[in-house]
Amino acid sequence: MKRISYAIYCALFCFGIMSMSQLWAAEEGASKKSMELKQVKGEEGKVSTANVFNRLLKKDKARNLPPPEDGVHDADNEGTHVLQPPLIAYEGLPKTDFGNYVDWVQALQKGYLNPRYDRVDPTVEPLVMDLDIVREVKASVPDVVFPHKPHTQWLHCSNCHPAIFIPQKNANQINMSAILLGQKCGVCHGKVSFPITTLSCKKCHSKPKPDNWKPPLSSASVKNPWR
Amino acid sequence: MNNIKGYVSRWRVAFAAIVACLAVVLIPQSSTAEYADVVINNYADAAGMRPAVFPHWYHRIRFRCKVCHADLGFKFKAGGNKITMAKIIDGQFCGACHNGEISWSVENCGMCHSGIPGTPTSIHGSTIQRLVAPTYKSLPSDTKK
Ligand code: HEC
Ligand code: HEC
Ligand code: HEC
Ligand code: HEC
Ligand code: HEC
Ligand code: HEC
Repeated sequence: MKRISYAIYCALFCFGIMSMSQLWAAEEGASKKSMELKQVKGEEGKVSTANVFNRLLKKDKARNLPPPEDGVHDADNEGTHVLQPPLIAYEGLPKTDFGNYVDWVQALQKGYLNPRYDRVDPTVEPLVMDLDIVREVKASVPDVVFPHKPHTQWLHCSNCHPAIFIPQKNANQINMSAILLGQKCGVCHGKVSFPITTLSCKKCHSKPKPDNWKPPLSSASVKNPWR
Repeated sequence: MNNIKGYVSRWRVAFAAIVACLAVVLIPQSSTAEYADVVINNYADAAGMRPAVFPHWYHRIRFRCKVCHADLGFKFKAGGNKITMAKIIDGQFCGACHNGEISWSVENCGMCHSGIPGTPTSIHGSTIQRLVAPTYKSLPSDTKK
């Protein structure tokens, strides 16, 4: 009885050591950086090792990884190796700098793709409506143009109306916080349609402000007696 | 003598356990899945299956959003459709196509159940996941228009 429990303890210990070494391997890169930093000495002494260059920024190591390497699919599952790697499918499609790195709107409009609008009948044509809705933005960024055309090429009116948007100009209160929280435009943008990043702002914010436009002054600034 | 041995190994166990836990928590879990891949894991783990992974990119090359999100009634919410195998073999959700007619049939378990065990229901590469701080909350005064 005691031997068995001792064996279990040993096994646990080994597992601990193994995980520990894995941990060291994983942290190696980080510790290398802090080693370098420790050697940086000023006249008065050492500098804090907290001063790494990027504390928070994480960059993608690679784009469009094949399923077995993407960190979500299990490489031990044989089916995973039958799945198609995205880069093979994306060959020849117009590119962007975010999301799937594919410009899905151009891919459709230039005829590279013609996804079905009906589950079984490939000849059904989508119900497309070409109506742009301009929404003036109170901030200095260009105004938002919501184009119905690319949306109705992919979606049905009922996907948006009335659950997400009341179909009436300016009847909906929209702001960036709501979008980032996954409401309004953020129901799709940031999840499946193109994401919200510095490189994509101008896809929505596409109508330049009039030349004489100036940002409104905040009341704290207007009231400031020292101004 | 025996007593001391027991004492020592108990400490070892405690130490090993702590190290193991730390390692599991600290090893960075990097996921670079394709944008919009949905892991669906409401029930799969509990039933001893790998979570299902749904690739949006692959399907949107073949179908417009309307087919699934209007005609087939998929709600815009990862995990929000309560998909089960019973519904699938009745021709609902994935079963509307993965039936041996439009796409390969449902006995190819490993094609869908391909996720790393324990992965929670989520949509990958989303803007929210990539923020470095919690989403900005607007001021209560920011309600005009
Ligand atoms: C991707 C979501 C989406 C889809 C799909 C969509 N709309 Fe809209 N629609 C909007 C938004 C956003 C507005 C602007 C609302 C606002 O300004 O508050 C709008 C506004 C409208 C308006 C009001 C226009 C005005 O000048 O007041 C009508 C009418 C409308 N949509 C009809 C349709 C029809 C018909 C379809 C299908 C062919 C459709 N929409 C598909 C998002 C959508
Ligand atoms: C129901 C889902 C959905 C909602 C809600 C939605 N979009 Fe889209 N949007 C799409 C899809 C799908 C595309 C096609 C491109 C893609 O998938 O990246 C698209 C494309 C666009 C494009 C065209 C980009 C180009 O390359 O020409 C703009 C601009 C845009 N959306 C703005 C908006 C704005 C602004 C709102 C909110 C008022 C909004 N969308 C709400 C699904 C949506
Ligand atoms: C999916 C489309 C979309 C994208 C992408 C987008 N915006 Fe917006 N943005 C909007 C809409 C819609 C509004 C609301 C306009 C209104 O007031 O009617 C808005 C409003 C704003 C405002 C005004 C303040 C507020 O919250 O209402 C700012 C500033 C802004 N956006 C900045 C950005 C920046 C910076 C980016 C890029 C990181 C960005 N936006 C990307 C759609 C978008
Ligand atoms: C077309 C894709 C697909 C295929 C093929 C498929 N499944 Fe599933 N399965 C799903 C999805 C999606 C869920 C929901 C996952 C969740 O929410 O946890 C699911 C859930 C399950 C569940 C848990 C829920 C329940 O119904 O009890 C089991 C068990 C399961 N599948 C077993 C199987 C087996 C065994 C096979 C092969 C005979 C199989 N699946 C093939 C997509 C698929
Ligand atoms: C072949 C079917 C299919 C097609 C085509 C499809 N989707 Fe989906 N979509 C799904 C499934 C399945 C889910 C996950 C639902 C669940 O987990 O219950 C989903 C989830 C979503 C979500 C919710 C994400 C979240 O976490 O909240 C959004 C948004 C979405 N899809 C948008 C789109 C857009 C935009 C398109 C078109 C470019 C599209 N989908 C095309 C099947 C599809
Ligand atoms: C509207 C029809 C439709 C629906 C609904 C659908 N699929 Fe598919 N799916 C297809 C088609 C068509 C293919 C391509 C089959 C082929 O190559 O023969 C496919 C292929 C796949 C693949 C393989 C991709 C690859 O790399 O080859 C996976 C995984 C998959 N579907 C999962 C799912 C899951 C999970 C669901 C439900 C949540 C689902 N599908 C719902 C039509 C659909």
